[in-house]
Amino acid sequence: MTLAETKTKTLLNVSYDPTREFYKEYNVEFSTFYKARTGIDVKVRQSHGGAGKQARAVIDGLQADVLTLALAYDIDAISERTGLFDNNWQSRLPYSSAPYTSTIVFLVRKGNPKNIKDWDDLVKPGVQVITPNPKTSGGARWNYLAAWAYAEQRYGSEDKAIEFVSQLYRNVPVMDSGARGSTNTFVRNGIGDVFLSWENEALLATTKLSDAAEFEIIVPSLSILAQPPVTVVHKHAKNHNVAKEANMYLEYLYSPVAQRLAAKHFYRPVHPEFADKKDLQRFPDVTLFTVNDVFGGWQQAQKKHFNDGGVFDKIYQPGR
Amino acid sequence: MIIATKKWFDDRPTMTVYQPAVTEKKWVRRALLSIALTFISACLILPLLMVLYEALRSGWDVYLASITEPDALAAIRLTLLVAAISVPLNLVFGVMASWAIAKFDFFGKRFLLTLIDLPFSVSPVIAGLVFILLFGTGGWFGDEMTAMGWQIVFAVPGIVLATLFVTFPFVARELIPLMQSQGTDEEEAARVLGASGWTIFTRVTLPNIKWGLLYGVILCNARAMGDFGAVSVVSGHIRGVTNTLPLHVEVVYNEYQFTAAFACASLLAFLAIITLIIKEIFYRNLQNQRVKS
Repeated sequence: MTLAETKTKTLLNVSYDPTREFYKEYNVEFSTFYKARTGIDVKVRQSHGGAGKQARAVIDGLQADVLTLALAYDIDAISERTGLFDNNWQSRLPYSSAPYTSTIVFLVRKGNPKNIKDWDDLVKPGVQVITPNPKTSGGARWNYLAAWAYAEQRYGSEDKAIEFVSQLYRNVPVMDSGARGSTNTFVRNGIGDVFLSWENEALLATTKLSDAAEFEIIVPSLSILAQPPVTVVHKHAKNHNVAKEANMYLEYLYSPVAQRLAAKHFYRPVHPEFADKKDLQRFPDVTLFTVNDVFGGWQQAQKKHFNDGGVFDKIYQPGR
Repeated sequence: MIIATKKWFDDRPTMTVYQPAVTEKKWVRRALLSIALTFISACLILPLLMVLYEALRSGWDVYLASITEPDALAAIRLTLLVAAISVPLNLVFGVMASWAIAKFDFFGKRFLLTLIDLPFSVSPVIAGLVFILLFGTGGWFGDEMTAMGWQIVFAVPGIVLATLFVTFPFVARELIPLMQSQGTDEEEAARVLGASGWTIFTRVTLPNIKWGLLYGVILCNARAMGDFGAVSVVSGHIRGVTNTLPLHVEVVYNEYQFTAAFACASLLAFLAIITLIIKEIFYRNLQNQRVKS
């Protein structure tokens, strides 16, 4: 073995908020696998935060080797502004580079005191809705789009959808910058009646947390298929001499071990056949639509709804 | 002349006897005192006790485990390293700046004073963003730095720079009034007796300001270890690499490890309390020195 091979290599994975527990465990699995296969020790370092904020940091120079963010638009933005990797990144890995998916569900307090069943109940007066800020959080953008798509389908027009989401955001008392902050607001600080949440965060809150028995999950009639994608930041990985490791790190996400782990950490695996049956039972059947179906892709959705001067800026005025 | 002085001294005790220091009624004093005490308990003591209570709720083992896990240790090391770099630099700068401002007159002196105060008035978040704009990719010096293979922001140098920025005024602000009140008489005397500039500084100026200097350094150190805002912007939050202790507290809190978060927070609170005690000792010496001078 040469000296170069015995050296420990370091990968930096820049991720979004709720993947903390999954990657903590996955990194150990990957290091073991890679060591057995190549004899090289790989140490994976993690950075977590709101997806938009994390993307901004990478654009400003955070030396990420791989990105595992909440939605494709943020990765597009990095590619576009920095040229650190090609803009066809999403076609490099199977399933649009999303090795696990999730959706948006409602978390309510035990017994569902406000009797929340579907999206319509969120716009009723007196219902407090917790969701993070779509400007900084990826999960929040999925929340917003899910509500929009529901209203558009149910009431049949864009004007009605605008009315619906503006009513919904008028019911939001606290807007955190990331999904994890919102979970803490709802679960730990006891604010709000319903929390629009990643399914994985909601499942975590109802099974793992010490006060798990105080919450229940409500599955709406329609929700969005959230595909958190992954990619290698080619230029950084090459500069850090970890291109091979970075590629393998992401490919291994589709392996039986990783898929099983994703399901364990409440993500819907793209290969359910590898997952534990018990874990899969936790995922309820929901009618899911994709961003491509309703919004014509993330670029379109972002431009119309979340960019400065977009629909969200028009409907959300704090303090009203 | 002598008679007048003596008469003044003779009069003084009788004057103070008839002039009680406090004129307010007893209940007013008590009410004011209890309002102040309630306020302090609610805003300072209670939260501090909460931190300690939450930290030790799951027992000593958990407490020790949470402050000795690798990421926590890395955060402690980084916090100490950042303080160890930024405090001495601020010390040297602070002494030079206050020396120049207090002992000499020059064009732009007021402007320099205002500049030194700037970090007090600018929000730490802005301080962090400034460094991103300077050294980030596409920033003013970002590409040059990258070409030379230097990573400034989202790495330790950026954290040190941001900390330097927010702790900039502490030493200078403490020394300038002290030096101004001391004037230049002793230095002038030393000069007349033939002392060189360096000798004047080490034998006359430095001994005169030492307590003020230590007091400034302590305050500077407290801020350097505790800053969250500016450091958060330039950190990139890479675990075990660029998370300082305050950032690490946020990370573990967000991972539902509340005990670990409060354990690390208690460590910060502990450092702050030690700092305050040392500060109090230095402050008394400083007061004595001011009375003497």
